[in-house]
Amino acid sequence: MSVTRMFGASVKRREDPRLITGDGMFTDDFKLPGMLQMGVLRSPYAHARITRLDTAKAKALAGVHAVFTGKDLEGKVAPMPCAWLVPDADLKVPSYTAMATDTVRFVGDAVAIVVADDSYIADDALDLIEVEYDELPVVTNQEEALKPGAPQLYSDAPNNQAFHWKFRNGDADGALQRAEVRLKQRFIQQRLVPNAMEPRSSVADWNAGAGELTLYNTTQNPHIVRFLISVTQNIPEHKIRVIARDVGGGFGSKIPYYPGDALAIFASRMLKRPVRWTEDRRENFVATIHGRDQIIDVELGATRDGKMTGLKVTNLANMGAYLSLAAPGVPTWLFALIVPGCYTIQDYACDVYGVLTNTTPTDAYRGAGRPEAAFLIERMVDLLAGELHMDPVDVRRKNFIPASAFPYTNGGTLSYDSGDYDKSLDLALKMVDYEGFRQRQAEARQQGKGKHLGIGLSTYVEVCGLAPSKAAGAMGFQGGLWEPATVRVLATGKVIVLTGTNPHGQGEETTFAQLVSEELGVPVEDIDVVHGDTSAISMGWGTYGSRTTAVGGTAVLKATLKVVEKAKRLAAHLLEANVEDITHDHGRYYVAGSPTKVKTIQDIALMANLAWDMPEGMAPGLEENHFHDPTNFTFPFGAHICIVEVDEETGETKILRYIAVDDVGRVINPMIVDGQVQGGVAQGIGQALYEHAIYDERGNLTTGSMLDYTVPNATQIPFIETARTETPCPHNLTGVKGVGETGTIASSQAVVNAVCDALAPLGIKNIDMPLTPEKVWRTIQAARAGGTTGS
Amino acid sequence: MKQSIRVTVNGEEHTSEVEPRTLLVTYLREQLDLTGTHIGCDTGQCGACTVMLDGQPVKSCMVLAVQADGAQVGTVEGLAANGKYHPIQDAFWEKHGLQCGFCTPGMMIAAVGLLERNPDPSDAEIREQLEGNLCRCTGYQNIVAAVRSAAEAMRAGNAQPVATSGASGAGAAGGVAGGVAGGEEA
Repeated sequence: MSVTRMFGASVKRREDPRLITGDGMFTDDFKLPGMLQMGVLRSPYAHARITRLDTAKAKALAGVHAVFTGKDLEGKVAPMPCAWLVPDADLKVPSYTAMATDTVRFVGDAVAIVVADDSYIADDALDLIEVEYDELPVVTNQEEALKPGAPQLYSDAPNNQAFHWKFRNGDADGALQRAEVRLKQRFIQQRLVPNAMEPRSSVADWNAGAGELTLYNTTQNPHIVRFLISVTQNIPEHKIRVIARDVGGGFGSKIPYYPGDALAIFASRMLKRPVRWTEDRRENFVATIHGRDQIIDVELGATRDGKMTGLKVTNLANMGAYLSLAAPGVPTWLFALIVPGCYTIQDYACDVYGVLTNTTPTDAYRGAGRPEAAFLIERMVDLLAGELHMDPVDVRRKNFIPASAFPYTNGGTLSYDSGDYDKSLDLALKMVDYEGFRQRQAEARQQGKGKHLGIGLSTYVEVCGLAPSKAAGAMGFQGGLWEPATVRVLATGKVIVLTGTNPHGQGEETTFAQLVSEELGVPVEDIDVVHGDTSAISMGWGTYGSRTTAVGGTAVLKATLKVVEKAKRLAAHLLEANVEDITHDHGRYYVAGSPTKVKTIQDIALMANLAWDMPEGMAPGLEENHFHDPTNFTFPFGAHICIVEVDEETGETKILRYIAVDDVGRVINPMIVDGQVQGGVAQGIGQALYEHAIYDERGNLTTGSMLDYTVPNATQIPFIETARTETPCPHNLTGVKGVGETGTIASSQAVVNAVCDALAPLGIKNIDMPLTPEKVWRTIQAARAGGTTGS
Repeated sequence: MKQSIRVTVNGEEHTSEVEPRTLLVTYLREQLDLTGTHIGCDTGQCGACTVMLDGQPVKSCMVLAVQADGAQVGTVEGLAANGKYHPIQDAFWEKHGLQCGFCTPGMMIAAVGLLERNPDPSDAEIREQLEGNLCRCTGYQNIVAAVRSAAEAMRAGNAQPVATSGASGAGAAGGVAGGVAGGEEA
């Protein structure tokens, strides 16, 4: 096939053949000789003392090999680590043991494990474990948990406060005092359940003789898991191999290292047999991290002509019962710095309280902090427009950071790399025919037929491409965020690319092959991108934060260019020419001006691997490494527009059009980028209209199944019209900014803005997500009965 | 007490001893090593485990293995035939109808069932009839495009014949054994 332009081509995915034939290897598909199955007994109470725990009957059941409780872990398995220790925040990290020993703190807290011949026997044995609990008072809401007299989860975390993190830039108080207009609003970022389609799973295989552990694990970041196992289970890091072949979605929920993983490893070590643990969906709902759950109070100051001048934010973040791996970083660094969005607001203050409650721990869920930030500012812009009777487009344009101002340091002290916010907005407005829509809307309003038309904008910017390692350190992230890459050309001209990122649906087995193909002139079919195996790959920080291509891809590109450089020198030697005279295209190396005498990359690879005739001082082989540490984050942006029709009779919201104009820098594979946007928007629409994890007053998750929690189905997601502008990232070689989270970060507020626009004539200013028909209907009823609501 | 069952899976007959409580999906995955059929929820909501059972798509976490005694079962492993992908596989690849690929086998089987009932579905019909299969990655748009594209290919006669028995061998006859058109003829 032609290798002319691989960068920018919609190449069919290299990963698909195994996935469409059933030959993918997800963790639960691995079966090892002698493998046993583990089941986990979980607390049915949100807060209770364990007064009796009797495992005798379970142990006696035929087919059961062992039953372990929290006491068995003492001295063998250290507590689950929290690895984002936000500085200057009076952070308190409660002890999070893989199984509770005396107190359970959320429904789903592990209490005991059974290891049996198969999962059916394990389930039987779990039923035979006798546990008695003394119930303790429960608190699930973060605002309640902070109040005096609230039930306390820990004696050493007064008022259940895990941290208080502050950010200040300029003089927010002064700006608000001076402001001609001040607006206050509370937003509820409801709790969400990530619901990756593949439940979490671990297959642990301890080789006692060698002192080696192999863990098959459904994770976004196998090297981080390797490190965490090493420090919590006292196994030297080089004796641990973590393999994540195919991972069935993550969305952040497969970043953490979980108690289930730790327990499978522990059980394998104790029994010297491979042990598999795969959660069922019910466990996934209670024991895999949740996302969002923030109560956000905002005060915005502006001039009467719509210039935003000051902003104050207080975020009460529900952390759940323990601090999950990256949790403290989500509502703080990942949220606060990007709150000012596309706008020139400089006087800005933010306070974030991390609160412990008797709920499932929260952590990163697609976008992680940035959807909450984009929602906040984009809703405030619309509220301001409503207050001033201005068009929301005009308010946005008035406050945009102009294209000429980049690089621009925002009110959150981030240095935005590049952007042209008017350009993406112009394109989106053109696609939707904004003026035409406003006319139709005005006409429809005059006719007043009980169906309300509304349009909602979201001109977002996000902070992605995580991250300069120095910045990670400054933020208290207990790791680096660079990436390594290896490009290895074999004797036959086939290429192996190693990456420390771990794509699980994002398609980098293809896009990275395209990057290499473009430079090396080898067809993509001849390039395999290997990821998800800590024995094959030196190091890596994983796939999340829209970092895989921006950071890992840049490492791959730089390693490839080193290979090209060596190939050129070898070609010069073989052609008996000076290296300066050698030119190359499409994998053909020749002396400039005489393209008849050619050495192909395959010829060169063969000679490099044979090393029969190498230039003086050149080492054999054709393989290069590169370690890339980005110098900045990336800042994708765009304009999303949603048009809705709200039925006054039923409260139902119907999305009539959804337009996504995204600028994610240069695009390697447009088909994949469109797919990422569509999927991301679906999750944002899910939050806007459908999804909500709800606890009752005793801490039971009442939406604990796919029957009760709406993971949107095919009828609930509209056709999404995608388009792009392209403003390259100026500080990495690929020009890529990242697209994994874009759709989710951009979309919820476009939908909510549209619904609020539709209902504005009724005096409705705000409705909390999800905008279910019932909630919308009740809001309309209240508005009809008593005037303005929701402000 | 284990029971003996005889099941034809992708054209190949198996006689197995199973516990009466064993789910069909567990039987396929654990006893027959057909791990292409995935378990996403084991409560019949996500559709990841969809297989063909005597010509009808079913959620195999809602069926006991003993209920499949004497039946024809078709799984993702049986979709390709004669070294060629089934049009639904081609279409999912071509239209980028999958990302992580976990829901894909069940989604494709459900789509094959839908196209058997309705060879020329509208986008709305595709969405409606696939609402029992959840995907968290794609937003469904490219799945709909893939099903529409497969429908076109199948109407144009590119569909593989679908085996109904093991007579011609699993790999050779292929198709979704026991599924689609063949189900009724068996």
